[in-house]
Amino acid sequence: MKTKKEQEQAILSETLNKKYKYGFTTDIDQETLPPGLNEDVIKIISNKKEEPSWLLEWRLKAYRRWKKMKAPKWAELTIPNIDYDSISYFSAPKKKEYKSLDEVDPELIKTYEKLGVPIHEQKMLAGVAVDAVFDSVSIATTFKEDLAKVGVIFCSFSEAVKLYPKLVKKYLGTVVPIADNYFAALNAAVFSDGSFVYIPKGVKCPMELSTYFRINALNTGQFERTLIIADNKSYVSYLEGCTAPMRDENQLHAAVVELVALDEAEIKYSTVQNWYPGDKNGKGGIYNFVTKRGNCIGYKSKISWTQIETGSAITWKYPSCILKGDYSKGEFYSVAVTTNKQQADTGTKMIHLGKNSKSTIISKGISAGNSCQSYRGEVKINKNASNARNYSQCDSILIGNECSAHTFPYIDVQNESSIMEHEATTSNISEEQLFYCNSRGISTEGAISLIVNGFCKQVFKKLPMEFAMEAQKLMELTLEDSVG
Amino acid sequence: MGPNGSGKSTLTNAIAGKDSYSIDKGEILYNDKLINDLNPEERAGEGIFVSFQYPISLPGVNNVYFLREAVNSIRKYRNQDKVSSVKFMKKIKSKIKEVDFDESFINRAVNEGFSGGEKKRNEILQLLMIEPEVAILDETDSGLDIDALKTVAQGINSYRNSKRSIILITHYQRILDYLEPDQIHILMDGRIVKKGGLELVDTLEKKGYKWITKDVS
Repeated sequence: MKTKKEQEQAILSETLNKKYKYGFTTDIDQETLPPGLNEDVIKIISNKKEEPSWLLEWRLKAYRRWKKMKAPKWAELTIPNIDYDSISYFSAPKKKEYKSLDEVDPELIKTYEKLGVPIHEQKMLAGVAVDAVFDSVSIATTFKEDLAKVGVIFCSFSEAVKLYPKLVKKYLGTVVPIADNYFAALNAAVFSDGSFVYIPKGVKCPMELSTYFRINALNTGQFERTLIIADNKSYVSYLEGCTAPMRDENQLHAAVVELVALDEAEIKYSTVQNWYPGDKNGKGGIYNFVTKRGNCIGYKSKISWTQIETGSAITWKYPSCILKGDYSKGEFYSVAVTTNKQQADTGTKMIHLGKNSKSTIISKGISAGNSCQSYRGEVKINKNASNARNYSQCDSILIGNECSAHTFPYIDVQNESSIMEHEATTSNISEEQLFYCNSRGISTEGAISLIVNGFCKQVFKKLPMEFAMEAQKLMELTLEDSVG
Repeated sequence: MGPNGSGKSTLTNAIAGKDSYSIDKGEILYNDKLINDLNPEERAGEGIFVSFQYPISLPGVNNVYFLREAVNSIRKYRNQDKVSSVKFMKKIKSKIKEVDFDESFINRAVNEGFSGGEKKRNEILQLLMIEPEVAILDETDSGLDIDALKTVAQGINSYRNSKRSIILITHYQRILDYLEPDQIHILMDGRIVKKGGLELVDTLEKKGYKWITKDVS
């Protein structure tokens, strides 16, 4: 016996399918599916994107596995129950809510100004209809020409499914399989869009690839799926995110990012994340539950993750590396800042399978306000990974008396010739340090900024330069109100 | 000068404006301006500098970057423009020689891994770079070996001129071999109990602080 909801869904899907057949796409673009998830919804999503049947089957397989799984509860996080049936899994390209910047929360505008965000970007980020005059298409076009010259593919995931199905099919799900974890399974079932990158053999990608150049980037976000493949001896640096706070009606963000590095290839993936963290009481912020993993399949391949996480109400992610190839290298550099009532359980996994594989983990956590932050890291050295080497350094700074920081290192070593080093420090920014700076004329805010920047230097150095400057500004802003 | 517990560091911290020291009674007048209600940054902006007995370290914070922030913050308070980077680097390179630091200093973090002597020399370097009108040097000579003592004294001497005042707080006579003070005040139980010239120091060295207690009562 079907519930009323299920009946509605069935009728809706029938109607939509019919409309689709007649190419009534414009109207469908305005459609937002009613909340709830079932196989029909997935079929609609797949149809809407004109996906081949193998991909629909892949989604359905993932959905069926997801139904059998339970949401994990082992993190050091307090997560309100998420009602998966109250989420709409397909939204039309985001309707612009505002006609002009005047209608947007002035606090948000102030932040954009402090970060030096140009007006047209402010509009895009705040959900204001962009002038027809501003032609972001032309920027993306010149950019794409330069890439096409060297054979680099950088497009949306949906486009890649249509244009490069063989590549997508070969690697999709090989790094994060559909049943890897609850949120990855959900993502595999309902993913909206994301980036696809392929760097051909021997090519060093001539520019940093940034999600900004995918115009649709701001419209997806909820269940993004990204796949980056670096063929033999190639190099790419990819930037995700932006420093300006991004609001989204959708609270749950469960993205999946898969990176594949072949022989002697290198992928550098940098993220600056500042999703809306919620108000001072922690209401309304975004839950950022992401599965990011890189497979260093190739001999001497290298993948490095660099992240600056300052936003989201709850951050739950472990960008990881599988070091399969001999002499492969994995790196994780992270700065996580939590203030007010934010929570973060983040870290990495370095799985050493190849001989002489190396991994470096540098994690810097800054907690302020009433926030709670945990570093959770796993270093696993397989029995055949002779001469594997890991260096881990986890440092935390606590600002004020109400916040907390935890460290959960997991170390599993099965090979005797490997070397592991682990260092950890916890400190607070002492009154003495602040007073010392004050006595030299430096304000307390300025002092915290100096000290925090000094603390995070090691990680900032790993970011592409523009990102590094933005990240520093972002840190200052984030900690501005945590003084005292 | 004064015995332990006489209130020398309390005086330093109260003048610097440390939060935990609240003034119940009395005024701090600087150039006839009441500064009781100014916070430490503002006092620095007004031209007061304090060299601490136990300078704190700021891990990861580069020395040059820190000094530039300090100088620029003070200039901002005085509605002056920021200092030019080129001029600043030139100045710092010459001043570090005066306190016997080599160029590697430029790459180190503030007092991180510094020996006691290096920390005290760093305080004097800050004095030379910030160029305050009034400097209070709290036991700047304690824990120093002979060479460091000479360097610190030379730094202070090079700084002296008719437009600047220095209050040097010390236990010992040694530094006074290199620095001649214009006046000596002796602090005991939070009050200034004696004033004089260098001859006071000789008497102290011979008779200790107990002599003063007897003398005062």
